[in-house]
Amino acid sequence: MTSLLAAEEAGGVLRLAARGRWTVAAAAELDRVLRAIEARAPRRVSFDLAALEAIDTAGAWLLLRTRDRLGALGAEVRIERLAPDYGPLVRQVEEGGAPVMVPAKKRPGVIADFGESIEEMAKKAVNLVGFVGLVSEAVWRTVRQPSRLRWTSFVSHMEKTGVDALPIVGLLSFLIGLVFAYQGADQLRQFGAEIYTVNLLGVSILRELGVLLTAVLVAGRSGSAFTAQIGTMKVNEEIDAMRTLGLDPIEVLVLPRLFALAITLPLLTFYANVMGLFGGAVMSYFELGIGFPTFLRQLKWFLPGWTFWLGVLKAPFFAAIIVVCGCYEGLRAARSAESVGRLTTTSVVEAIFLVIVVDAAFSIVFSVLRI
Amino acid sequence: MDDAIRIRGLVTRFGDKTIHDGLDLDVRRGEVLGVVGGSGSGKSVLLRTIIGLNRAAAGRIEVLGEEVTRLSPEELRRIEMRWGVLFQDGALFSSLTVTQNIQVPLKEHLDLPQRLMDEIAAIKIAMVGLPPDAGAKMPSELSGGMRKRAGLARALALDPELLFLDEPTSGLDPIGAAEFDALLRDMQRSLRLTVFMVTHDLDSLFGICDRVAALVDKRLKIGTIAELMRDPHPWIQAYFAGPRGRAAAAGSAAAG
Repeated sequence: MTSLLAAEEAGGVLRLAARGRWTVAAAAELDRVLRAIEARAPRRVSFDLAALEAIDTAGAWLLLRTRDRLGALGAEVRIERLAPDYGPLVRQVEEGGAPVMVPAKKRPGVIADFGESIEEMAKKAVNLVGFVGLVSEAVWRTVRQPSRLRWTSFVSHMEKTGVDALPIVGLLSFLIGLVFAYQGADQLRQFGAEIYTVNLLGVSILRELGVLLTAVLVAGRSGSAFTAQIGTMKVNEEIDAMRTLGLDPIEVLVLPRLFALAITLPLLTFYANVMGLFGGAVMSYFELGIGFPTFLRQLKWFLPGWTFWLGVLKAPFFAAIIVVCGCYEGLRAARSAESVGRLTTTSVVEAIFLVIVVDAAFSIVFSVLRI
Repeated sequence: MDDAIRIRGLVTRFGDKTIHDGLDLDVRRGEVLGVVGGSGSGKSVLLRTIIGLNRAAAGRIEVLGEEVTRLSPEELRRIEMRWGVLFQDGALFSSLTVTQNIQVPLKEHLDLPQRLMDEIAAIKIAMVGLPPDAGAKMPSELSGGMRKRAGLARALALDPELLFLDEPTSGLDPIGAAEFDALLRDMQRSLRLTVFMVTHDLDSLFGICDRVAALVDKRLKIGTIAELMRDPHPWIQAYFAGPRGRAAAAGSAAAG
């Protein structure tokens, strides 16, 4: 009936002569054939294994499974002429006993899932506040005694988060300015108010876009790096080593990053503003024929001088958010590489989310103050 | 074809640093070969080169009668089904449960019904001495010793003829290491495996290895432990005749 088994019934005994290789590669067919034999519910069965070429754990398991199931149905089953070489293997599988199937853990339902994630979020919010407290305390200590700051690390982070980010921040701001000017000009031209493109650009870039774009980019670039660096150190037990040596991880790891970004993010924002306005000016020149001197005069006359400060003022707050999220998630890493990857994603999402929430809060405050 | 692995004139290099220089090796079928050598002498590199994770600069490597450096990807896949590898910390896929880990090679190479794969995974879990409920666990929920056992179960999923082990007992406590040795010996006998084992563990060498290959001066010196101990090479002398070597030898003699 198959290349693995020849069955013949003689004198009330079903004789099954095994052939070929009863290995895992043939397990699917063997499984089917042996189940068909079970379905015939024979009274007396004899397996003859003399012609078997090879048998492995899968084959041995299927043989023993068939024997046990037929036995449970009240049949008399004999296994004959197994080559002595394979004896230990069959015995080992037999000793393992019937495999115990443990069903995979059930996933909680949608509602339980939702509840759990809310609980998780609440816990995290509390922990994050605690972390902010720890960091503030360390900042206070350092402000009173500046020699405590790790100056080398501080300067190195200024370079990595600031100088190294210049090309990407500059290019993207320039392009956003370009696109904004084009869209604005297109709408305003319908009213013959092209010149107000300059005002639109000035307000949106200086107050919102420059700083927001920079913060989002830096969260992606540097926030993720903070989590990955600190998380890897956690996996390596470097953080524990630091504690045993009497070093405060917050002072050594978090503060240099915090001070570095608190300085570089406003500077980057200024740079992004300049590049954004430059992009807008380029587009105004080609699209509307507004020359650079006109562009600058328009900006100067119609925008109050403090518009610039409204954007840059927000930058240190965003810097703090990025550093706190990045470092907090990094320090939460468990001792596995997988957790570092997951937390890096979390930290970036969290940082961008909070940056935008805080930006919205600033807008509300400014609108209440009528500025 | 009596040899499971046959290597002739193997040369491996990283940049301009030569790791192996004209290395020869024969691993007989059905034996347990232990590979020893100082840190950084290239034991793991040798293992990785044999299984095709590193490229050799020169030389022939035959595994199970096929010259692995010359195989097409298709042929290599077929021969990969015939060997299993246990990496140092198990190298379990962290996003899959133990059962799913064991089923990865089954799914990749064969077309079996899910019910049968579940049965096979459960047998392997029992064979390597893990409790049945370990199957539903994630690797991160297991201890180091259990991860190694789960890794062994995955390496044995396809009932290979040849098993590569990279420091199987490192990081285990002495009791766990002795249990793992006994398990390996049992499995090797009942499944009639050929085992290529990189190890630092002198007790494993004395306890379960038929022959030992010492990686010294970029080549292998192979023999039984008794033969190697007669070798005048200073590293081999320091290794086997040092205090730990003597203690392990005494322990194995006492155990009979």
